This record gives sequence, structure tokens and C-alpha cells, in this order.
Amino acid sequence: MRPIAIGLAALLALSVLSLFVGVAELGAGDEAWALMTISRVPRLMAVLITGAGLAICGSILQVLVRNRFVDPMTVGTGQGAALGILLVTIFLPSAPVLVKMAVASATALAASVGFLLIAQRLPPTQPYLVALVGLIYGGIIGAGVTFVAYQADLLQFIDIWTQGEFSGVLQGRYELLWLAAGVAALSYLAADQFAILGMGRTASINLGLNYGQVMLFGLIAISVVSALTVVTVGMIPFVGLIVPNLVSRIHGDNLRRTLPLIGCSGAALVLGADILGRLLRYPFEIPVGTVLGILGAVLFLWLLYRPARHAR
Amino acid sequence: MISVSDLSYGYRDTPILTDITLEIPKGGVTALIGPNGAGKSTLLSLIARLMPLQSGRIMVDELKIGTCASTDLAQRLSILPQVPEIAARLTVAELVAFGRYPYHKGRPGAEDLAQVETAIEVFDLQALAHRSLDTLSGGQRQRALLAMIYAQDTDYMLLDEPLNNLDIAASRALMQLLRQMAETHGRTIVIVLHDINYAAAYADHIVTMKEGHLGPCGAPRDIVTDALLRDVFQTDAKVRRLDGKMLIDV
Amino acid sequence: MHAKRLAFLSLALGVAITGYMVLGARGSWSFILPFRGAKLAALLLVAMSISTATLLFQTIARNRILTPSIMGFDALYVMIVTLAVFFLGSRNFLAIPELVTYLTALAVMVLAALLLFGTLLLQTREDIMRMMLTGVILGALFRSLTSFATRMIDPNEYAVIQVASYARFNQIDTDLLGVSALLCLGALLAAWRIRHRLDVLALGREAAINLGLNPRRAAIEVLILVAVLVAVSTAFVGPIAFLGLLVVSLAHLVTPSGSHAILLPSAALISALTLVGGQTLLDRVLGLSTPLAVVIDFLGGILFLALLLTRMRR
Repeated sequence: MRPIAIGLAALLALSVLSLFVGVAELGAGDEAWALMTISRVPRLMAVLITGAGLAICGSILQVLVRNRFVDPMTVGTGQGAALGILLVTIFLPSAPVLVKMAVASATALAASVGFLLIAQRLPPTQPYLVALVGLIYGGIIGAGVTFVAYQADLLQFIDIWTQGEFSGVLQGRYELLWLAAGVAALSYLAADQFAILGMGRTASINLGLNYGQVMLFGLIAISVVSALTVVTVGMIPFVGLIVPNLVSRIHGDNLRRTLPLIGCSGAALVLGADILGRLLRYPFEIPVGTVLGILGAVLFLWLLYRPARHAR
Repeated sequence: MISVSDLSYGYRDTPILTDITLEIPKGGVTALIGPNGAGKSTLLSLIARLMPLQSGRIMVDELKIGTCASTDLAQRLSILPQVPEIAARLTVAELVAFGRYPYHKGRPGAEDLAQVETAIEVFDLQALAHRSLDTLSGGQRQRALLAMIYAQDTDYMLLDEPLNNLDIAASRALMQLLRQMAETHGRTIVIVLHDINYAAAYADHIVTMKEGHLGPCGAPRDIVTDALLRDVFQTDAKVRRLDGKMLIDV
Repeated sequence: MHAKRLAFLSLALGVAITGYMVLGARGSWSFILPFRGAKLAALLLVAMSISTATLLFQTIARNRILTPSIMGFDALYVMIVTLAVFFLGSRNFLAIPELVTYLTALAVMVLAALLLFGTLLLQTREDIMRMMLTGVILGALFRSLTSFATRMIDPNEYAVIQVASYARFNQIDTDLLGVSALLCLGALLAAWRIRHRLDVLALGREAAINLGLNPRRAAIEVLILVAVLVAVSTAFVGPIAFLGLLVVSLAHLVTPSGSHAILLPSAALISALTLVGGQTLLDRVLGLSTPLAVVIDFLGGILFLALLLTRMRR
């Protein structure tokens, strides 16, 4: 059986489970239907889109930076989005949602470009340095966000944006995420181009690729998905790092073949973490960001110290 | 006297030293020679307790390596490693002053200061005394490190390829100084040398090593022969004698 | 030159302390002076603890970029305190004398720091980048575990710990001032007494052995001191990621020297000046509501990035 089929089956099983886990008792008839359409189904959709989107973004970013240890949510893209939405909330509180999203995406893009410029100046022989610089860079932007939020007395929002959590997802409050789903799906069309980009600038130009254009498209895709995720459900760490690494370890780096699997695994990981978070301290919830913070950090450490399988 | 018995050392599954039993007599210059990877540096590092012993025994006079107090040994024996990495930002004078640390533990007395002064003069470092180490050339830094070992004033000095980075004048000056220290002060110098010509010219004893085993040992004129060069170094260079000196083809 | 600069730093600190004590005071002096005095004492202790811990740690790690906070020391301490609440339950936690909990957490902290960071530091030094990355990820892991444990505890109990996990210079918990001061001064004194040995350790492993030191044992002793100092300062004000890096880097700039007899007081003075002066400026002069820790983290983060980019690029 193809791995993607196994993945889809597992995802389906988890999804069904997810629909039946919750504090409210599922009765019968209209009430149950309402609970499903207003809360459970939107939540499931949000989780799936977020997981798949972040995992796909992670692998695109890793190709663009040519480093396996980066993740949009930790190298500044996510923090940039938070900064943008914070500034819009302060200066243009009455702007329509789409404008707010556009600003958040733009600041996320600016932050990503900043990181890419720094990363390109670092020696490719030091992969850990790139990752470390990314983490600190993200941390600095994060400190800037906290500073502004303190001054504007908007601290409670910061918690929403930095602590990834799905308990607030209801019908009518998450639909923007479909836009992220669209962008993630669109990026699949460019999978080959991204794979070539991963071979480096010279190889790309040699194969007739418009290097700058593909790079920019990748960055925009990452920024839009990150911004939508941060604003709707908050930051979710490590998904974009762990999933592409694990998939690449087993199935290699041909993105056209692996991107669907990466998306599928990302969705499954976040969904599993979400279900776990709902069950561990029933009837309370543990935010999915916390669950993944632990799982992700442990897996990251394992990736750092695993016996080298490939040269890199 | 340094006596090494049944010394073996390995890294993972690779043996580096195998069953070394060796006595280095007190007083005089002993040169350790052999091809790259013969285990010379490892032997020196083990004697100087830079690496833990795996099996075998090393005694420096009555001090047993591994059990004797490190600070006692520091007043008896000093080592200049092959690639000394000094990270701290120090001036030459500050570095040399550390050579006296085993004696004063941070509170130098008049005698310590005098020793440091002498060491700086002996290695001709007066003009550089207040320069920072990272502004020096390779040869100047090597001299500063040697001065620190000199200031440490120990009976035994282990030097791992000290001629690296030194030009011919500095190399000869150093070898002459070592000879003089051995002759007039009864110091024991153990020195890893790359160039057999230097070993033949300045050493009292030569110890050869190959692939972790001990080769022929003895006075230069007895053991430095065409056969030695062929067996230990795998080269067909010839030993020529001129005015009572030995010269090896280069 | 160094003596003059140290004197100047002391003078500046004196001005900052005066400012902290008198500026913006309303009400009777007999209340304000002891009230602010206790907080000032705590601030000074924290400042000295962090600068000394960082300096010691950098000496044994032989790296000017690593600090205990970057390697996750303070996150570890917060996690230990949180887990104590988690396992003992908050009712027990609060019923056990505060001092006992405090000392137990401290002991666990020392052990955990030795186990985790001892092995990390003593492993071969070939890949310092991986070591740093490991520290940063460990810090993230500790923070997630802390947050996880707090969520597992009742929301009610959650409040007990939340107070203990943010850097706050304004509401310093002065109850434990006496014990902490004792511990902290003990550790600082110990650090001062080994200052010459630290100079030798900074030369590098082989040079230190040649001069008769045991770097392994020294590293363990220093790690114990660092663990105690970090625990005390974290217990007082919570984690401040980049303060140590900031002040020790400044100390290397202001008093460039290889001698810990100069660097230790210099870093301590700069650290105290940063905390007391910064707090006075932010709170009493500018009237900003942002905590000093956020500002320090922002500036320190930029410094860290700059150091990484300039020093580590080869």
C-alpha cells in the first residue's frame, strides 16, 4: 500500500475520533447537528488546514534557506505576523478583516525576507548556526511585539496569538483559514520549482529557473499561511520543522512526491496533539501549542543527535 | 626518570599505542621520532596526564600518573602541546606569568616575578611583552608559549613539535637552549621532532615509534642509519657523515 | 586603568541607587526607605548573581556567547518549581514551610544542572553550535513542560506559579531575602576565592592540566555555583534571558582583561547599574509600563545576534 494511502486512512480515523471528543454531550437530532456544524466540524477543519499548511510551509522554507532546522513559527515569520496584526489593531482598529490580514501577511513577509538575507550571509557549512540565528531573530521580534503590547495595553491579545489553541474555533470565526488552504494547495503546483531551488542558485539558473521569482512566491506563500494561522489560532511551534524532516528521512526530497505526504502528516500530527490536549485534563483543555512544544522539542533533539543517515 | 610500562591506548576499536615499555633517563634530551600517526603525541599526552590512562603504568620519578596530585606533577613536569589553543585574550607577559601558577596559586612573590622576567628575556620577548597574543605571528606566539613552559621551571619538559612555526634561527636557538638546560641544569627534555636532522644533531637519545609500537632506541650515532630510515619511515634517504656530523638526505 | 574604571562604575551605581531610593517617593520616609531598601537589596543580589553566573559559565565553556540562560538554566529552575507544585499538590506545597520547598527545589536544580549541562559541557567540543542549539531547544522544552504542568493543575493553582515564571523587578518577593542573600553571598564568595583558578581554566584544557588543575572537577564545582546563583536570581525575579550576556559583554568592553579579579567586580557593577539604573529610568523617570526584562531581552537579543554573526562567521 502506498504511504499516502496509509496516511489518509490514519487521518480519517483521527478525524472521526476528533468529532466525538468534547465536553458537550452529543445527543441526537437537531441539537447534535448544531453542535457538529457550529463547533466540532469547524474545529476539525481548522486543525487539518493548520497542520497541513504549516508542515508544507516548513518544507518550503527549508528549501529556500537550504537548511533543515528552520521552522516559520520560530524564525520570525510567525512573530512578524503577530507584530503586523498588533500594529493594525492599534492604528487601524476599524479596518476590514481582509486589510488586517494583508498587513499581517506583509509584515510576516518582511520578517521572512530579513531572515533569509541574514541566513544567506552565513556559511552553509554551519547548519546549526543558521537555526540558532533564526531562533534568536524570532525571539527579538517577539520581544518587540511584547514591548508594543505592554505599551498599548494589549497583552491579552499576545496570549491569543502566541499560544496556539483551537478551543476558540467556531463557525464564522475560522473561515479565513480556507484561504491558507488554497495557498498551500497552490504551492503544490510549484513543487518541482521548489525542489530545483533546493539544489542551489547555480543549479536553478542552469536549469532555466527564474530564481528570484520562485523564491518570492515561496516566501509569500509561507507568510500568508503563517499570518492566517497566527491570527486565527495562534502560533504552533515545531510542526513545520519535525514533519518535513521525518518525511524526508523516509521518502527523500522529491517535493512533488512528498508534499502531499508532508501535508497529510502535518495535519495528523496537529490533530493528534489536539485530541491529546482535549483528553489529558478532561474537561479542561491543554493548548495544542503546549503539547506540540513538548513533542516537537523532544523530536528536534532526537533529530540533532540521531546517527547521521545522510551527509547533512 | 620517566618509566612507562605495558602502556596501551585505543580510540574506539583503533589501537593507537600497543604495549609500550620505555625508560626515559633523567637528564639529557630525548627525541621522539617516527612517521605521522605513529602515536608520538598520544604517548606525550598520556605522560603529561592530558588524557586518562586506559591500561599500563607511567611513573615520573616517584609520582604515579593518574593517582598523584596534579598540582604536584605541575611542579615537576610541563608540556607544550602540538596545537596549544589559548583562547583567553592575554598579553605575552600575562601568559608567561601563568607558568608560575603551580607555585603561587594566584599570589606571585618576588621570586616568581623574577622567573617570569628571566623567561621573557631568554626568549627575546621584551619588545612583545605587552602585546596581545592574538596580534602575534605564529612564531612569536610559539616563543611566548615556550617562555611560559620555561617559567614553569620543571625537571621534565615535554615538547610536542616545538619547531612548528619557528624559522631556522629560532629553531637552532631553541635547540641550543634545550641542550644547555639539559647540560647545566640537569633538565630532562622529551621532544617530538619532525626533522631527523635536528634529532641527530641535538638529542642524546632517540626513541623511534611506528604504528603505535616502539622501534629502535639509542644514541643517534648508533641508530640513525639507512636501515632505520627504510624500516621506520619507509623512505630511501641516505645518512651521510661529514666532519663527524650526521646529515640525512632531504 | 581598570581601577579608575571600576571606581567610575561604582560612582555611577551610587547615583543610580540614590535615584532608585528617592525619586518619585510619596509618603513617609520611614516607610519608603525600608520598603525600597529591601527591594534594592534583592535587585543587587540578582544583578551580581546573574553576572557572576554568566562569567563563570563562559569561562568553563570557553565561549563568550554562551550563557546559563541561553542554555536553559532558568527555564529548568522554573520547571522544577512548577513540577514541585504539580506533584506535591498546591495545598501541600503551601503547607510545607516555604523554606523547605525552596531548598529542595535548589538541591534538585543543582543535581539536574550537573546531569544535563555537565554531560553537555564535558562532551567533545567539536560542535559548539550543536551544543548551543541543544541548550536553546532544552530551554523551549522546559518552558513547554512548565506550561503543561501548570495546565494540568487546577486553574486556581495555576495562579500560584504564574507569579513565579515572569521576570518582574517591581514586585520582588522579599520574604526569602535572608536565606537567599546568605546562599547567594556564599556562592559569590566561593566564586571570588577561585578567581585565580578561573584565570588558569580560561587558558584551555591542556594548559590548565599542565599547570596542575583538574578541569573536569573545576567544571563541576563551577556548575554547582552557577546552578545556585541562577536559582536564587530566578526565584527572586524570574527568568531574564539576555541580561547575563549583555552585562558580561559590556564588562569585556569596559575592562578588557583576562583576570577574573577584575572581570568579576566589573561585570557585577555593570549588571547592578543596568538593573537599578534601568528600573529607575523606566519606572520612575519615563513612567513606562513595559517591564525592564522585556527591554533587556530585546537589546540583549540583538547583541547576541550581532555576536553570532560577527564572531562565528568563518
